[in-house]
Amino acid sequence: MKSPIARHLIGVPRSGIRDFFEIVSARKGVISLGIGEPDFVTPWHISEAALFALERGATAYTSNLGILELREEVARYMERFYKVSYDPKTEILITVGVSEALDLAIRALIQPGDEVLYHEPCYVSYAPVVTFAHGKAVAVSTRREDDFRLTRAALEAKVSPRTKVLLLNFPTNPTGAVLPRKDCEEIAAFAIEHDLVVLTDEIYAELTYAGGHVSIASLPGMKERTIFLNGFSKTWAMTGWRIGFACAPPELTEAMMKIHQYTIMCAPTLGQKAAIEALRHGEADAEHMRKDYEKRRNYICASLEEMGIPCHLPKGAFYAFPYIGHFGLSSKDFALNLLDQENVACVPGTAFGSSGEGFIRCAYAANMPNIKEAMSRMARFVGKLRK
Amino acid sequence: MLQIRVMDELLRLLKENALESPRNLAKMLNQSEDAVKARIADYERTGVIRGYQAVVNEDKLDIDRVSAVIEVKITPEREGGYDELANRIGRFPEVDSIYLMSGGFDLLIFVKGRNLKEVAFFVSDKLATIEGVVSTVTHFMLKTYKDSGVLMEAEKERERLGVTP
Ligand SMILES: Cc1ncc(COP(=O)(O)O)c(C=O)c1O
Repeated sequence: MKSPIARHLIGVPRSGIRDFFEIVSARKGVISLGIGEPDFVTPWHISEAALFALERGATAYTSNLGILELREEVARYMERFYKVSYDPKTEILITVGVSEALDLAIRALIQPGDEVLYHEPCYVSYAPVVTFAHGKAVAVSTRREDDFRLTRAALEAKVSPRTKVLLLNFPTNPTGAVLPRKDCEEIAAFAIEHDLVVLTDEIYAELTYAGGHVSIASLPGMKERTIFLNGFSKTWAMTGWRIGFACAPPELTEAMMKIHQYTIMCAPTLGQKAAIEALRHGEADAEHMRKDYEKRRNYICASLEEMGIPCHLPKGAFYAFPYIGHFGLSSKDFALNLLDQENVACVPGTAFGSSGEGFIRCAYAANMPNIKEAMSRMARFVGKLRK
Repeated sequence: MLQIRVMDELLRLLKENALESPRNLAKMLNQSEDAVKARIADYERTGVIRGYQAVVNEDKLDIDRVSAVIEVKITPEREGGYDELANRIGRFPEVDSIYLMSGGFDLLIFVKGRNLKEVAFFVSDKLATIEGVVSTVTHFMLKTYKDSGVLMEAEKERERLGVTP
């Protein structure tokens, strides 16, 4: 029998993370800096709110858009933190994580052959999701020399008459790059000039260490062409609850809702209850975790520096993305040897696109004792490489 | 101002783990090792840091030990108010901590002894007989679940995948 698998899917490689995960899982005693999720458990008051809701029988479907109370809290949060107003009745959709929201947005916008510009190295899902929608994902490389910032010039070089969407993720997984106001304004001007829809994944916005996160949705003329995505996974250590949200003008929200309604029905009810509590009383949690991450970041970067591994100080998210190209090993071989010799797992930069060659991603969403041990093992590994 | 904020983080780190080396503290706070050492010395000199102790789960040790909390009513003295009397009580080695409280009594005292008899003796012969102590109510503790922010029961390793995007 000929392969029954759809042709556009066959071309999509398995995630490099998945391959690496399998190698790591087969070993014992690994210290992992490869985990892209908080090592904190969900703050207790949030879990407790969900338990309370469960006791009161919150076990049914919710409105397709999500519980209205939650959408109202999201609207307040958007106003408070991002300085953008959205109508909870028509402009906010609660989803199964940012993952689903991303897929909905792309499917709502892309027709076969439409192009989506995205910056790379980047989160693993972007290009595949575009491909699944029969779109063409066009990578724009960002560079270490620019602290992985995205520039208008780089975008201009890749834009075409078929470009329909610009996908942004700042702070960035895996580089920790942020988008300062000036860059944000330039990119907004670019999007307006080329009449693009901006899809902005700001899941790490609260993890901006020097503060001052600017959402592109808040710039003049941008709200009407922007789909804003965020969720609870990172800010409130709620990855397993699977709750995210999309904010967009009514027409776009309605289009995404249509797909969501027929494929998902609604986001998990208990997760939505927990999310309400996070937005109502969770400001201090985010602050507390940010402070802890900041110390871990400082520690990792200082340790890498001591080893002679150059690492720009990531301004957001919880990833360090050091350059290891000068050791004469590919990212993958560096990561495999490090795992083999010292039992430390870091993800090869190439898992985040070909422009990640020469880098590894060290997540500092690990506890301090593990980070310390990982750094001292890595120092030993690097010492041997130098001999 | 910034200096103070950063240094509050230093105290927070020390409260979590007083054994952390100045070198590691410096790395975490993005400061020089000397600056961290100087600041710790400063905190010790000015009495912001009053000591360093291990958090011990005594229920795990095979020792004879009882702990009690005592609510004490006192008549404050003309000079010195509550402080004089509280400090006097605090000098007994049996006493772990003392707090001045709002509400139905004045001092809350945490004491430790080898056995029930020893604590009872302390209360009846030492504490109750101090001039100014009006009454005492003693509660014995049965089990410790959490102490100084630390759960006594070590939590099981949580399930997380080894590598995720
Ligand atoms: C940039 C980015 N977007 C989206 C996600 C997925 O988030 P969610 O758990 O909300 O689906 C992740 C998770 O690692 C991420 O790093």
